[in-house]
Amino acid sequence: MSNIWTIARREYKLFFFSPIAYVFLFVTLLLLGLFFYLDLFFAVTTQQFVPGAQRTIQLYIFPMLFLGIPVLTMRTIADENRSGTLELLLTAPIHDWELVIGKWLGSLLFFLTSTLVTLVYPLILNFQLDPGIDWGVVISAYTGLILLISTMCAVGVSVSSFFSNPVAAMFASLGMMIIFWIIGSPAQVTGGTFTQVLGYLGFPDHFYDSFMRGIIRAQDVIFYVSMTIFALALGSTSVETRRWR
Amino acid sequence: MIHVSNLTKEYGNRRAVNEISFKVEKGEIVGFLGPNGAGKTTTMRILTGYLPPSSGKVEIGGYDIMEHSIQARRLIGYMPETVPLHQDMTVYEYLKFMADLRKIKNAKQRVNEVLAQLHLEERASGYISKLSKGLKQRVGLAQAILHQPEVLILDEPTIGLDPAQIIEVRNLIRQIGKQHTVLLSTHILPEAQQVCNRVLIINKGNIIAEDTTEHLQARLAGSQRVILRVRGEISPLLPLIEHTPGVLRISRQNDDTLEFETPHAEDARPQVARAAIEAGFELLELHAVSLSLEEIFLQLTHEDAPVPMTTSEPAEQ
Repeated sequence: MSNIWTIARREYKLFFFSPIAYVFLFVTLLLLGLFFYLDLFFAVTTQQFVPGAQRTIQLYIFPMLFLGIPVLTMRTIADENRSGTLELLLTAPIHDWELVIGKWLGSLLFFLTSTLVTLVYPLILNFQLDPGIDWGVVISAYTGLILLISTMCAVGVSVSSFFSNPVAAMFASLGMMIIFWIIGSPAQVTGGTFTQVLGYLGFPDHFYDSFMRGIIRAQDVIFYVSMTIFALALGSTSVETRRWR
Repeated sequence: MIHVSNLTKEYGNRRAVNEISFKVEKGEIVGFLGPNGAGKTTTMRILTGYLPPSSGKVEIGGYDIMEHSIQARRLIGYMPETVPLHQDMTVYEYLKFMADLRKIKNAKQRVNEVLAQLHLEERASGYISKLSKGLKQRVGLAQAILHQPEVLILDEPTIGLDPAQIIEVRNLIRQIGKQHTVLLSTHILPEAQQVCNRVLIINKGNIIAEDTTEHLQARLAGSQRVILRVRGEISPLLPLIEHTPGVLRISRQNDDTLEFETPHAEDARPQVARAAIEAGFELLELHAVSLSLEEIFLQLTHEDAPVPMTTSEPAEQ
């Protein structure tokens, strides 16, 4: 366990070593703030709608999932492989899975930090609105978001372990995320067992229909947790088989 | 401490290491010599558990490197040839990170000790990416000795260092070698001669010689070359000693010097000396020149090269 923590801590620090993380945080949070301000502005001037607490998440989810996570997790293992530092990590007395989980945990902690900052918007909204906002929905939505981030980070780290070129890893994990984002769509139109299975695998379906509406269902939690575990297991196997290649 | 038996590694169809076996005992410093692509790095990578062998067995301190990998890896300190370090960390951060992975108690204290031992204190807060090649090499060595490993495996440890640092690193290796086991690869032959108790010469995946440096020289040179120098013209002496028993080949090097060969088993030096003095020559010099390790190495690793001491036929072409 302590090995995982050692690796995660280094990984977390590394995000703040590269300018990419700062630029990502700055741009994402700036845009979020701008949209939030516009929402409030229109709500006040037109007096027609009340901005929801989930609005921030809706805006935040896309730059993070389709830019932030693929770009920032691309180097986690691919870079260690390219620069040769993987050789020293894999000859140190640590298990391959400890390395992969450590990398995932470090990435997850970084995106949690970023997500934590976005909580200021529901807080502001709470002060602006009377009688405040529905915190139950906020808690549920953020729980779902964290699970989604965890799964996506696991996919990113796992994909990274297959490559020694970070850019290739980035495109591959971006592709994976798009696939899992749209894979469930056919199930909404047609029936059939196959499309139903695909429908179950869709990442957004377990999020928008439940967590975003303030419902925390065990089946959705289990879905994200098991997808995370599956991706991490795949990543560990990939690191292990790397030795044999 | 290191026990390798019938180790083979294949990359596709190419056999990089071919059924090699050797042992390294505790407290030994063993040099791994060979030309580029001989299989040194591959062997070391298998020994450290980075690559799995195609067949054969490696035991480190009694632990099989495949079956009890973690226990075996705990005993090993390893510095790869390219010294891959995390460029984005400071020297201190990096060593602390490696110390934590090794679960060293009092990690901070130990890191400071190693920093002092390798004269890296002043660079401790500098980023690794900004270090020169020689300093990176020292950081690589520092991470290898952090946990005071039973077995130290060093791939080309002195490459890229300046002469003063080379001497320091060699002294350090000798010092570590007193209590621990060291296996180092090198292509600098005097280094092997100075540092190692024993050398393994590897070529094309096979161990072609294994012995102490002294024995290797003696064994490979079945006979020794002897230089004889007298005052004045030496030519009249030639026919006199030509028929002395034990003198093999004789050649005049200079006006006053000649060289002959004599087998170790039947050293002709005393007879030659007597003959020269009895004939009224003033003997100035009579000494054996052994083959340098360099010559032996070339003999062993170049198939086509003529082997001067064992064949009398000149190479064709």
